Amino acid sequence: MANTSLLKLEGDPLITAASRRLDMPRRDFLQFCATLAATLGLPQGADAAVAEAVAGKKRPSVIWLHFQECTGCSESMLRAEHPTLERLILDVISLDYHETLFAAAGHQAEQARKTAMAANRGAYVLVVEGAIPTRDGGIYCKVGGQTAIELTRECAADAAAIIAIGSCASWGGMPSTDPNPTGSSGVAAVLGKPVVTIPGCPPNPYNFLSTVVHFLTFGSLPPVDDLGRPRFAYSRLIHENCERRAHFDAGRFAIEFGDEGHRRGYCLYKLGCKGPETYANCPTVLFGDAGAGTWPVGCGCPCIGCTEQGVGFAKPIHMLAKVRNIEPPQQYPRIVEDKGVGATLGSAALLAAVAGAAAGGAAMIARNLGLSHKAEEAERARLAREKEELRDGQ
Amino acid sequence: MSAGHEARPAPVGGSLFNATTLVCGVLIAIMASVVVVRLFFGLASVTNLNDGYSWGIWVVGDVFIGSALACGGFSVALLVYIFNRGEYHPLVRPALLGSLFGYTLAGAAITFDLGRWWNFWHIFWPGYFNVNSVMFEVAACITLYILVMWIEFSPVFLEKLGLHDARRKLSKVLFIFIALGIVLPMMHQASLGTMLVVMGDQVSPLWQTPILPLIYLLSAIIMGYGVVLFESCVAASAYRRQIEVPLLNPLAHVLLGVMALYLVARFADLIIRGALPQAFRLNFVALSFWVENLSFVAPFFLIGTAEARRNPARLFLAGIAVMLSGILLRLNGFLIGFDTGPGWSYFPSVPELLVTLGIFAAEVYGYIYITRRFPVLPREDGEALPARG
Repeated sequence: MANTSLLKLEGDPLITAASRRLDMPRRDFLQFCATLAATLGLPQGADAAVAEAVAGKKRPSVIWLHFQECTGCSESMLRAEHPTLERLILDVISLDYHETLFAAAGHQAEQARKTAMAANRGAYVLVVEGAIPTRDGGIYCKVGGQTAIELTRECAADAAAIIAIGSCASWGGMPSTDPNPTGSSGVAAVLGKPVVTIPGCPPNPYNFLSTVVHFLTFGSLPPVDDLGRPRFAYSRLIHENCERRAHFDAGRFAIEFGDEGHRRGYCLYKLGCKGPETYANCPTVLFGDAGAGTWPVGCGCPCIGCTEQGVGFAKPIHMLAKVRNIEPPQQYPRIVEDKGVGATLGSAALLAAVAGAAAGGAAMIARNLGLSHKAEEAERARLAREKEELRDGQ
Repeated sequence: MSAGHEARPAPVGGSLFNATTLVCGVLIAIMASVVVVRLFFGLASVTNLNDGYSWGIWVVGDVFIGSALACGGFSVALLVYIFNRGEYHPLVRPALLGSLFGYTLAGAAITFDLGRWWNFWHIFWPGYFNVNSVMFEVAACITLYILVMWIEFSPVFLEKLGLHDARRKLSKVLFIFIALGIVLPMMHQASLGTMLVVMGDQVSPLWQTPILPLIYLLSAIIMGYGVVLFESCVAASAYRRQIEVPLLNPLAHVLLGVMALYLVARFADLIIRGALPQAFRLNFVALSFWVENLSFVAPFFLIGTAEARRNPARLFLAGIAVMLSGILLRLNGFLIGFDTGPGWSYFPSVPELLVTLGIFAAEVYGYIYITRRFPVLPREDGEALPARG
């Protein structure tokens, strides 16, 4: 990481060669590298290191295994609409084994895997796509006569880094939905050690690419959370950066698909959007490089929480999310708050009447008590006088 | 009855239907209907409460004032059991009865004032306790005190039901509850003052002071004696009974002593804090301050001499003056001298006033019912006149 200025790389022959190889203008290539560095949350100057690494370093050998899955993760990486990204992926990494992209078949393909593993022993990256069935000895998924468990363990033994791509490989994903007849599990569970996971169904290709580029540039995988997800991509709730968040805070919700609120782009929380309990960078990175609004919530589709174990494929789609930060209130404060009503004729009159009645009653009682006291005193005086007279008489 | 002659309490007897109970019944029915509306349609549907004045006549009137007026039981028990003045014992039961109703209804009234009243049980659930809250201290303490008071008062019911064995057993442990019945009100009557302390400078300097807990505690004790004077005179007048002047006379003397202590503390505090000049401004708050404090001084002129204290009319008026002063102390602190900022105002609405009126009517009705049917008031010697009221 000698160079820390992207501008100084403008005339670098390596960069020129790389951009020619990728069939993209030199400026676009540098811009792409800067974007990757920014996505990873790397400090200033790291963009140059990324560009140098992408242009000059030997591409890491990648063994890509497929198990219980739909190949959606690979598809999202190789969308035909975006050839540049596809070229980039195939150029940044040396994809030595990928069951669905291979021209080779059968023993030839398996041989290619073994050769690549032997040649890059301890240096290749193992990518696992799809869940691994564990019930009945893992017989529900076999490739070349080997179960998924055996293949994973064999390939993981000498890998420099292991990446579980997609929700299936991360924790079991859709195949592990109850009752989970094949005992689908994630890579980490099968290997018994933590691996980097890029959950999503499909995950954002940039999150995978940025992870690989980090490995390429710095020789290590990026920092991850306790579920193995890279922090740069999965540290914030979708809810936090959602473009519809203002509607949530203001209490404007779509209640039914196609209703007035839905057409106006209100918050989808009450349609079951799982954004408030799902960690992913979807609202900031978006999908498909097609511009603003191109992600599920942006298109009016509630998030299903595909990156979050226990939410995606577990909670019903229409079910209300458990809001991780702030619960929406039942009622919202009024914009103009009443500052109170002073005395009205009725209330003042009632209070005065009660006070008057109390005062009148008290006066009556006091008078009666006074009169009886006076009478008693008079009686006492009379008795005393009589006693006096009696004594005088004696 | 005469002093030194320990008369056993006995039910007064007589009809429960007369003009007074009828008026009480109507007021209670009106209160009940307003409360139903409030419980279903919210506070805004019946009260004038707002964000500036979140405590209105229900809290200040029914709880702060209601519970202070209900300190008769505590004040007399303090005298009888702590200062060992057994001669006042005949006053304990009637005073305790007033306290019982005052507190029980204050506890009920606070439920109407809770925004989300269906969550009222949270205060009793350990998971919800906020042990740093003065409100929690007051709520827990008052609840406990209501329970303790019902136990303290239960011999009355046991005697009526003829459960003499249970009565004997209870009397062996009753001292615990009597002790609690003195400690608990001292705690929360002081804390009710603390509630005003935490309101900060929204409260006029005439009523905002760090010694508010002491001020409120002393005034609650004073009001307790004032209520006993008032209650005895009204009961005697309504039931055409002899007034216990030989007891009330020395009690009134004790009252004057505590009041002198109170006034010294109150004005010394005002002078030391330099707040007294506020009382010489030409405004309603200053006027209210003087009415409050002149009510505190009035008893010295009304019943200052032993001779004057023999006149029940004077004792009665002194009782009223004492109650009025305590009521105004709380009204002034929490509503009249309470300024939450420009533009905010509060005056109780008609339904709010009707509820407060209904609460006091319920207390009067309960007092009449219990004294007529249960042994509370001392037995009258000689022929009882037909009771009225």
